[in-house]
Amino acid sequence: MEISNLTKKRIKEHMDAGKRFDGRDLLDHRELEIETGISINAEGSARVRLGNTEVVAGIKMGVSEPYTDHEGEGTMITTLELLPLSSEEFDYGPPKIDAIEIARIVDRGIRESGMIDFEKLCIKEGEKVWTIFIDIYTMNDDGNLLDASALAAIAALMTARMPKYDEEKEKVAFGEFTKDPLPITKNIPLTFTFHKIGRSIILDPRREEEAASETRVSIAMSSDGKEVKVNAMQKGNEAAITPEEMFKIIDLAEKKYKDSSKDVFEQIEKNLKGKK
Amino acid sequence: MIARQETEEAIEEFEQGDEPKEKRELVIPGEVIATGNDYLPGDWAKRDGQDIIALRFGLADKSGRLIKIIPLSGTYIPRKGNVVIGKVLDITFNGWIMDIDAPYPSFLPLIECSKFVNKNDLSECYDIGDMLAVKVLGVKRKGIDLTARGKNLGKLEEGMIIKINSNKVPRVIGKEGSMINLIKKESNCDITVGQNGIIWIRGEKVEDELFAEKAILFVTEKSFIEGLTKKTKDWLEETKNNPKDIKEDKADKKKAKEAK
Repeated sequence: MEISNLTKKRIKEHMDAGKRFDGRDLLDHRELEIETGISINAEGSARVRLGNTEVVAGIKMGVSEPYTDHEGEGTMITTLELLPLSSEEFDYGPPKIDAIEIARIVDRGIRESGMIDFEKLCIKEGEKVWTIFIDIYTMNDDGNLLDASALAAIAALMTARMPKYDEEKEKVAFGEFTKDPLPITKNIPLTFTFHKIGRSIILDPRREEEAASETRVSIAMSSDGKEVKVNAMQKGNEAAITPEEMFKIIDLAEKKYKDSSKDVFEQIEKNLKGKK
Repeated sequence: MIARQETEEAIEEFEQGDEPKEKRELVIPGEVIATGNDYLPGDWAKRDGQDIIALRFGLADKSGRLIKIIPLSGTYIPRKGNVVIGKVLDITFNGWIMDIDAPYPSFLPLIECSKFVNKNDLSECYDIGDMLAVKVLGVKRKGIDLTARGKNLGKLEEGMIIKINSNKVPRVIGKEGSMINLIKKESNCDITVGQNGIIWIRGEKVEDELFAEKAILFVTEKSFIEGLTKKTKDWLEETKNNPKDIKEDKADKKKAKEAK
């Protein structure tokens, strides 16, 4: 059964007083845990736990023809599946609108930040380029799948290795890897999704809070070491957002990025070293 | 018929008791619990030739000749007389379609509403999305019939709703309501437990409601422990005397990290 209106009202009242059900501050994240290299056969993989929310991401590489307007660049495809095992609200079948939206937000954040140097993924211009497949699967939904998916995708990309390419057969050798990492630049995006409930703006909602959310804004940000840039944005749900709130959200996102980016990247890198 | 009802009542009483009479065995569907004509199959058990086999995952309970299964998982199966909490899904010309988290559709007819209803506008009485405490009148082939007439039934105002595994409801209620009365007393909340595992909590402060929710979740997590009422009492007193929020816990952790 879905979260009832009574509970939603209570959440809203409680938040107007500046408090949350689990005692966190409005802009606090739950405990974050990143584990990389969980799959042997994937080029890169990661599991992200955000409280009870759990997401798994995997990277596979293929070789295909480039798009005619970007002949010298590799391609990237992001898919996300909301598995029925992760929540009673998800069903089997082709991805529905929610899944497509999350996948697109993740995809856009990575693409627009310039995290991947697509020009280096070209094998032969106009004929053959590398394609990166990012597959994301939800294991457990306790709210904020969006941020968790984005994190899992970048963690998997950061730890991925290029596969071996058999030039005679013109095929990728399955399960054989080189030691080279993917052409990753410094601009690694982090996605923050802000939810508006009543008068409050919160981060990292749990499922019941997400159900009470009136509107949400996702912001993907990256930094080249000097300044923090907004790479992509998406607004969801019905309610409107005022310009003042929007500016506030962008400021908050920048602050949040500066606060948490170091921690997150350190956790991914530490994990990578531990695996070697 | 009367005998059947009596056994049902006896079983209910037994289910809500704290101490098991005999060690219960864990069984899975299809498992043979006993062989021979000495035994009779009870709830969720079936006779297959000489054997009594289990139909659900749960604990096999032998009381005399009767063998029944106390399910540990699975959906709520409605029974006549159950008080449940449900949500109004839709309004028809003669009543309300409700979701009580059961596998069959359920319907609350107009005449079973507890107050006067304007027949032209049923939403004045109960609107879509409202939570109601209702009683199961009967389970028929076409669905479940409900009533909102009776003590403590009808629309639930204010408060909050939580959902637990319906198989753990007897534990939350306790022997003759001992557990739920304890939680009510300690948290100063009004609590209605639906047999379908949906629980309504209303207190004066949100903090009280959250405390009651915590207590109920404590009971469901530890539902297999014997003498649970006493343990819960200790836990409630302990938590109440030093109310340690998650927030404070976090602050402690931060301090510990910094100290390192």
